[in-house]
Amino acid sequence: MAEPEVKEAVEGEGGEVRRRDFINIAAVSFAGVGAGVTVLPLVSQMSPSADVLALASIEVDVSSIEVGQAIKTSWRKQPIFIRNLTPKEIEESKKVDIADLRDPQSFEDRTLPGKENWLITLGVCTHLGCVPLGAAQGEIKGEYDGYFCPCHGSHYDAVGRIRKGPAPTNLEVPEFSFVSDTVVKIG
Amino acid sequence: MSFPWAKQYTPENDFMKWMDTRLPLPRMVYNVVGVGYPTPRNLNYFWNFGALAGVALVIQILTGVILAMHYAANVGVAFDSVEHIMRNVNYGWFLRYAHMNGASFFFIVVYIHIFRGLFYSSYKAPREMVWLLGLVIFLLMMATAFMGYVLPWGQMSFWGAKVITGLFSAIPLVGPALQEWLLGGFSPDNATLNRFFSLHFVLPFVIAGVIILHIWALHIPGSSNPTGIEVKGEQDTVPFHPYYTAKDGFGLGIFLILFCALTFFSPNLLGHPDNYIPANELSTPAHIVPEWYFWPFYAILRAFTFDFLFIPAKLLGVLAMFGSILLLFFLPWLDKSPVRSGHYRPIFRKFFWFGLIPCIVLLGYLGGAPAEEPYVMLSQLASAYYFAHFLIILPLISMFEKPVPLPNSITESVTGKPLETAA
Ligand code: HEM
Ligand code: FES
Repeated sequence: MAEPEVKEAVEGEGGEVRRRDFINIAAVSFAGVGAGVTVLPLVSQMSPSADVLALASIEVDVSSIEVGQAIKTSWRKQPIFIRNLTPKEIEESKKVDIADLRDPQSFEDRTLPGKENWLITLGVCTHLGCVPLGAAQGEIKGEYDGYFCPCHGSHYDAVGRIRKGPAPTNLEVPEFSFVSDTVVKIG
Repeated sequence: MSFPWAKQYTPENDFMKWMDTRLPLPRMVYNVVGVGYPTPRNLNYFWNFGALAGVALVIQILTGVILAMHYAANVGVAFDSVEHIMRNVNYGWFLRYAHMNGASFFFIVVYIHIFRGLFYSSYKAPREMVWLLGLVIFLLMMATAFMGYVLPWGQMSFWGAKVITGLFSAIPLVGPALQEWLLGGFSPDNATLNRFFSLHFVLPFVIAGVIILHIWALHIPGSSNPTGIEVKGEQDTVPFHPYYTAKDGFGLGIFLILFCALTFFSPNLLGHPDNYIPANELSTPAHIVPEWYFWPFYAILRAFTFDFLFIPAKLLGVLAMFGSILLLFFLPWLDKSPVRSGHYRPIFRKFFWFGLIPCIVLLGYLGGAPAEEPYVMLSQLASAYYFAHFLIILPLISMFEKPVPLPNSITESVTGKPLETAA
């Protein structure tokens, strides 16, 4: 087959950019940018939508929680544990050498000054997300007398710090503040 | 491909001739599963399981499309809509139980199919691509089955979704954001259920596409066989139809008997009773386990309870679990022995039957057991053996083993008489 003689027409003088190459690269790059921009909504639609993100904060009256007791409530569709620590638990938690911990946090890092008997954490195991046991009456509290996750055996201490098992970090402490003496606002 | 002696398709009547020049579909069927596909004459029943896997996929698609006509993917009603299928829809109980147990049978069949490949080293040249595509199908099947299990929105559905998407949160830096993206929220919810339904619906059709590639790749060298030696002449083969259509048909009969026995008489045997409790985001079931077909991998995930170097336990477990499957992609290059069939490999065979098989059965058992001693320690030992088998033992065997002499041809191994080669 006879090829039409196009070489002369597209080739510039030695070393110059060829016109046809320029058009080629420009066209493909433009299409590439277009494709990239099109992918963006396709990927981004998967992220939490506006209503999910409009995370309401909740207020909880904690006056009925006795010393040594804990309750479970729900925030952002996730469980929250609110625990009224006993003086013994507070004292023992303060004594732990934080250098030995997988996720070193002191007692003070996890509680509010002046309200240090209140431990508020997500009830979501930092391993793969199960709800640990230990908040409700009669549940197993694990080897460190705090929370125990039965899914893959993570043990947390009384202030929710990971002590044993596969979970990498301590139970997450959400942002919270006391709006009055007995009402706490989470989120 | 075809061997030179493969029969050629000739359209029988005018209509077929007309078709053949416009859409030669009958010709393709003839060459792929008909008289035009010469197949080794010595295939045993382990060669049934590819065709059975195809039937299992058809059962899943048929029952699945019908379930989708009655199911509603919304967290408020999903659980009730499955109960509605079970109680109100005509034969709904049958369709759902067939779909549930169909998934289990799909995995049983595919596992046997994979172990056939491991024993006869079907992954070796020139069939590497067949093996690799097979593994892609296996991964897609696992994703499909996982998302299907979420749809009834029971306790195991919900916590399965949470734990499995939680695996991705182990990835450094992007992990937690990735998990949020997968879930479309902070915890499995409506967004999650809807996208899982959409993907659960479409992935089986993607699987069907990859199966076409798998069979295309297979038909280039043709099927392997229990001796592992290549076809050398026409006498070594028989036409696929009627020989293997009949043999596959017989196997299908047995498969359907077992499938019906389970579906009709013990439909919940392989399931978990907790999935008949509606999802509750505030309480994890005491003993959460995935479906039985994921147990070996779940045991590997849970074996890592300790940090190693700078890698936290959680990430290690996830890497090991995905690694245990990804490893199989490298198998064609890890096992260097030129001999394929385990029948002619005395040492390989011992490690297969007394090492790999017990190890995987044990892992399967441990994956279903609670996360306590002695199960954790046993999982660690079995996981260690699993990786050692493929990464150390198999390459070493393939270097030092002295294989038993191979027969000269397939025909000789079957009839004892040498193959008559046309000069
Ligand atoms: C690769 C093939 C497939 C596998 C392995 C599979 C697996 C599963 C599993 C394990 C379940 C949960 C059963 C239960 O516990 O109730 C399920 C549910 C479901 N699947 Fe599939 N499936 C497949 C194909 C399909 C297809 C093609 C469709 C639709 C087009 C479909 C639609 C459904 C629906 C609507 C449900 C929810 C109803 C129910 O829970 O029974 N599936 N699937
Ligand atoms: S989810 Fe808690 S230990 Fe795995």
